[in-house]
Amino acid sequence: MERILEVKDLHVHFNTYAGKIRAVRGVSFHLNRGETLAIVGESGCGKTVTSKALLRLYKPPQVGIGETSQILYSGEDVLKMGKKRLQDYRGHQVGMVFQDPMTSLNPTMKVGDQIAEALLIHNKISKKEARTQAVEALKLVNIPNPEKRAECYPHQLSGGMRQRVVIAIALSCHPSVIVADEPTTALDVTIQAQILDLLAEIKEKTGTAIILVTHDLGVVANFATRIQVMYAGQIMERGTTREIFYQPSHPYTEALLNSVPKLSSKDKGELYSLKGTPPDLILDLACCPFCARCPYCMPICRERMPEETALSDTHRVSCWLQHPSAPAVGSLNNARKAGE
Amino acid sequence: MAKYILKRFAYMLVTLFCITAATFFLMHSIPGDPLSYMAKKLPEQTRINYYAKYGLDKSNVEQFGIFLKNVVTKGDFGESLRYPGRSVTDTILKGSAVSAAVGFQALIIGVAIGIALGIVAAYFRNRWPDYLIMFLAILGVTIPVFVFASVMQYLFTVKYRLLPTTGWGGLREMVLPVITLALGSIAGYARYMKSSVLEVINQDYILTARAKGVSEFNILRRHVLRNAFIPALTLLGPEVAAVFTGAFVTEKMFGIPGLGFYYVSSINDRDYTMIIGTTVFYAILFVVIQLVVDILYGVVDPRITLTKAED
Repeated sequence: MERILEVKDLHVHFNTYAGKIRAVRGVSFHLNRGETLAIVGESGCGKTVTSKALLRLYKPPQVGIGETSQILYSGEDVLKMGKKRLQDYRGHQVGMVFQDPMTSLNPTMKVGDQIAEALLIHNKISKKEARTQAVEALKLVNIPNPEKRAECYPHQLSGGMRQRVVIAIALSCHPSVIVADEPTTALDVTIQAQILDLLAEIKEKTGTAIILVTHDLGVVANFATRIQVMYAGQIMERGTTREIFYQPSHPYTEALLNSVPKLSSKDKGELYSLKGTPPDLILDLACCPFCARCPYCMPICRERMPEETALSDTHRVSCWLQHPSAPAVGSLNNARKAGE
Repeated sequence: MAKYILKRFAYMLVTLFCITAATFFLMHSIPGDPLSYMAKKLPEQTRINYYAKYGLDKSNVEQFGIFLKNVVTKGDFGESLRYPGRSVTDTILKGSAVSAAVGFQALIIGVAIGIALGIVAAYFRNRWPDYLIMFLAILGVTIPVFVFASVMQYLFTVKYRLLPTTGWGGLREMVLPVITLALGSIAGYARYMKSSVLEVINQDYILTARAKGVSEFNILRRHVLRNAFIPALTLLGPEVAAVFTGAFVTEKMFGIPGLGFYYVSSINDRDYTMIIGTTVFYAILFVVIQLVVDILYGVVDPRITLTKAED
């Protein structure tokens, strides 16, 4: 399959008065044309930073990107693009949907104009034509009465509507990738489902690839082709949706899955929650970053970061439990069990 | 909209009445009156006649009633008590025209340069252009006008003999007062716009625009400026009103026959009619401009509607 986007050894750090915060620490992954890749993890794991870096939305000197890092779009390094090329890449080749529709639209600009603005930048068309296409885009995201809505200001629309507008902006120039950074987090649950259905529908219709960033594994179950689990700026486990849900191999993945409340559960007890918080990313962390919260933590976990182990062509995990001499624990899938 | 403006107009009349009454009774309660400096030497009967001529023998409430009647029915603020024959209305109109000529130039220059500097400071935050602009802005805010005016006069008239020190008439006379007045606006707007722009460029919708592929210049032009200007609009209203009433210190220093000049001297002279005339004039301007600013808010920011939504 064709790799539309390939990220190699991505490092992102923020320069602050307290020191260098290394939010993304050597992340590598790829996105195939037309597939949906979900990036999951708690807040503060570097998901959003990774997704924003894909469009190079961070500017030095406050934010630095590793010198060896590469983000390849169809083989072209985004990090080396010139100003003009970068502007064309943004919006035209990769569109972005942000987390909070309440703040991600310009309050003093009609929504139709905000969509048309993107169209005018990337296409040689008249203002009138851009206007018509903007209304088309609103129609595509299932906004009723699109001609009238195009004349509205963001404050005149509901949260769900606004997120549809944001999606319409991202879609308008037919990008081959849409990066959606927690597109449903700020919306209420019924609207969440609608927005996800919309994204799935758009993928169907336009064949665009989607990178969906979320902290909710429940959200991605029916939606993603592949999932990668991030923790403390690193990818802990990656695999197809089936592999992650049925053979979770990292204790962190297991904890995330357990945190999803199940309707079928007969148990009336307390809902599971993973104790503690992710480590402070100002620290160096030579060890496994999850060791402090891991129920299966071993002495080696506190000393060194494990290598990535391949469990199948698509399934990879970074955990010492995969080491041949590690004990088999709990319900976790590990290499030894798989070999038995 | 019409209903809103009408309502505001009614409030305005109430406000004006209160201001007029307060000024009138406060001025009259200050010891001394406009005639006392010369009436002292007059014989008893002449003095009584003299006071009667100007109606100053009546009680304060009666005087206020007569004053109000003249203003409402004839639009007449009376004559200056200190300089008989000089109509208050004429003096205000002439003086404010002079003040406005200087003030508007200063305000336009001040707002334009101030906003530009504020944007530059915001975009170069924590780098040398920011530090330089903010240093100058602090100077602009803290240096008293009379100090700055004297330095300008010394530099441009005594040392280099380029411009006249004081006076009124041509363009050359206007340069120094305009620069002096503009300095305050520049400093104020630079500081205000910097914080306003900083707030806007960290908003999510700027990121959305960037992710759309909008160039940095167009982000500034289309997304930042309008949103950053909304808070600065609040600052602009009273400043426009102040333009007409003139800058007391600057006009005094440069000998400009503006309204500020008359305002100060009329207070010293207890020139009741002049004081009230000027105060009411300023109050009307202030209230009207505030209304205009409120209407402008609605134009600049679509989230603000003046009337309750119809649906």
